Amino acid sequence: MNQPLIKARDLHKYYPVKSGFLQADKSLQALSGASFDLYAGQTLAVVGESGCGKSTLARLLTLIETPTAGQLTLDGIDVSMAADAATKKQLRQTVQMVFQDPFGSLNPRQKIGDILQEPLIINTNMTAEQRKQEVLTMMARVGLRDEHFHRYPHMFSGGQRQRIAIARALILKPKIVVLDEPVSALDVSIQAQVLNLLIELQQEMGLAYVFISHDLSVVQHIADQVLVMYLGKPVEQGASEAVFSNPQHPYTQALLSATPQANTERKRQRIKLIGELPSPLDPPSGCSFHPRCQNATAQCKTTAPVMEQRGDVSVACLLVK
Amino acid sequence: MALLDICNLSVEFATAHGALKAVDGVDLKLDEGEIVAIVGESGSGKSVAMLALMGLLPWTAKVTADRMLFDGQDLLTMSAKQRRKIIGKDISMIFQEPMTSLNPCFSVGHQISEVLAQHFGGSRRSHKARTIELLQQVGIPAAETRLKAYPHQLSGGMCQRVMIAMMIACQPKLLIADEPTTALDVTIQAQILELLVELQQANGMALVLITHDMAVVAETADRVVVQYAGQQVEQRAVKDLFENPRHPYTQALLRALPEHSQGELLNAIPGVVPGQLDRPVGCLFNPRCEHVQEHCRQTPPTRNEDILCHYPLPLAGQKP
Repeated sequence: MNQPLIKARDLHKYYPVKSGFLQADKSLQALSGASFDLYAGQTLAVVGESGCGKSTLARLLTLIETPTAGQLTLDGIDVSMAADAATKKQLRQTVQMVFQDPFGSLNPRQKIGDILQEPLIINTNMTAEQRKQEVLTMMARVGLRDEHFHRYPHMFSGGQRQRIAIARALILKPKIVVLDEPVSALDVSIQAQVLNLLIELQQEMGLAYVFISHDLSVVQHIADQVLVMYLGKPVEQGASEAVFSNPQHPYTQALLSATPQANTERKRQRIKLIGELPSPLDPPSGCSFHPRCQNATAQCKTTAPVMEQRGDVSVACLLVK
Repeated sequence: MALLDICNLSVEFATAHGALKAVDGVDLKLDEGEIVAIVGESGSGKSVAMLALMGLLPWTAKVTADRMLFDGQDLLTMSAKQRRKIIGKDISMIFQEPMTSLNPCFSVGHQISEVLAQHFGGSRRSHKARTIELLQQVGIPAAETRLKAYPHQLSGGMCQRVMIAMMIACQPKLLIADEPTTALDVTIQAQILELLVELQQANGMALVLITHDMAVVAETADRVVVQYAGQQVEQRAVKDLFENPRHPYTQALLRALPEHSQGELLNAIPGVVPGQLDRPVGCLFNPRCEHVQEHCRQTPPTRNEDILCHYPLPLAGQKP
C-alpha cells in the first residue's frame, strides 16, 4: 500500500514540428519536467490554461504516447523504457480515462450495453452471460437503470452520458482513472451529481484519480494534491489546502484571483494577467511566465527557475523565498 | 421609461411530437446602463428568449408576447426591414463560441467594417479608421496589422474581442452577451468580463448577460433572472438573491456550488430538467424540489413578487 500507483519523475514530451523548406525543424515542448507520486485513493488535480500540457500529461499516463525523457512507473512497472507489448496491454487495464465531452466520446451507433461490454470482450474471457451481469452491476452502480442497456447514446442527457463514460472506464476495475475535464460540459446541478458519484466510487474502489480541470472551485473540492502548470512546466505543486490557502507562485495567485466566486461582497480586486499564453514553439527566455508576471525582474528574463521546496509546497519562481 | 420592456413572452417550436414550449411567459424590464444576468441550466430557454427578441429564430418558432417594446418602438408589429435597422445597431448580441461565430473566409477588418457600412452607409474602406479605433478599444495590440488577420490566426480570447468590437461598432443601447466566456480560460474570462463591464460603463449601454455560472453573476450583474424549463422562477437584485434566495430552485442551485458544500459530498439537485415529453403536472420544479407539497404536484404556481412558487422560502429578518 505504501508504493505509489503512479510515480512520475521529470517527464518530458517533445513533438517535432516542421517549420518549412530549408529551415531546421523545431521541437514543441509540450511537457517539460513533471514529477509526482500518486497513491491509491488519492486525487491529483492538474490545472492550467489551455496549451499548458495538461492533456499531454494525460496521454502519457494512459500510455497513448511515450515520454521523450523521464521515468514513469505505473503500479510498480516502469513504462518509460520500452516495455514489451504484453506488459503494456496488461497495464492499460489498470489505467482508464474519462473524456471531457460525453457527446463525442460515445459511439452513436452502439447501444449502451455494447459500449460497456466491449472492454470485457477484448480483455477478458468472460462468457456472454457473465459480461452482461457485470455490465448491469456497473450500470446500477453509476445510477443507470437496467432498461438503458438496449438504448443508444442519443437517448441520454449529458449527465447520463458522462455516467456511461464513467461506467466504461471502471468496467475493467482499473486502479488509476484519468479524468480529463469530466464535468466542464455539464450544468451546475448535474455537475454536482457527477462529482458526488466520482467521490463515492473513489472511496468504494480505492481509485487514484488524475483530475484535469480548469475550474478551480471544483479542484479545491475534490483534490488532495494540486499541480499547477504553465506552458508545459509545473510552476507550483503541493497539498490542495496549502496551494489554495497560500498560493506562492504569481501565476497560481493570478489564476485564483481570476476565478469568479459566488460572493457578492467580493468585488473584483484582481491580479490582472495581461496578454495571453505565448506560443510553446517559441517560449520566452528565462522564466516562461515573465512577460505576464507583475513582479518580473531583470533576472527573470534570463534565468529559468527550477522547482524547489518552499514550506509546504514546491514552487518554480526566482522571487519566492 | 424602460429601455426594454418585455411582457409575457412565449416561444413555441413546432416539432414532430407536437408543440415544444421553450420559453413560457417571461417578463423582462431593463433600464439604460443596467446589467441583468439570466441564469439557468441548458434547456431553460435563456438563449431562445433573447433570440426571439433579436428576431433570429427559424420559421418553426412561434413567438407571442403581450408587449415587446424597445426604446418605445414595438418590436412585435414592426416589419422585418424596420427591425433590421435596429438589430445590430441599437441591439446587438455576442454569441458563445467566438471561433464559430466569425466568418472564417473574411479578415476581421472586413467583418467589422461591414457592420459600419451596413448601418451608416458608405464603403467598407471609408470606415477603416473607426475599425482600427474599435480594435484598440477592445484591447487588441497592433490593431492596424490585425485588420488583415483571419479568425483562424487569432486565439479564442482575441476572437471574442473581435466579436465585441463588431457588436459595439454602432454604439448599441443594449448588448446581449450569450455565454460570452464559457469557451475561454479563466484568466481570459476575467479579461473579457472586465472589458464588457468597462465598455458598458463607458457607453452607458444596458447589458444582458446569459450564463450558467453563478459566480460570474455574483461578480458582474446588478439584477438576476433565474429561469427553469422555460419559466422565469425568480427575479431579484443580485445581492438579495445570493443572501436570501426565495425560490427553492435558486436555493438548490446556489447550494450545489462546490464552494458552498459542507463535508465531502456536494449538495446535488436530484433528477434532471424536464424535457418536452415528461413535463410534470403542477409546478415544473416539483419532482426535484425538497420543499414540495401536495398542492405543488397539482396546480401550477402563479408569479407573486417575481417569484414563481406556491411556497416561497421566507425572507430572512431584515438586517440593521
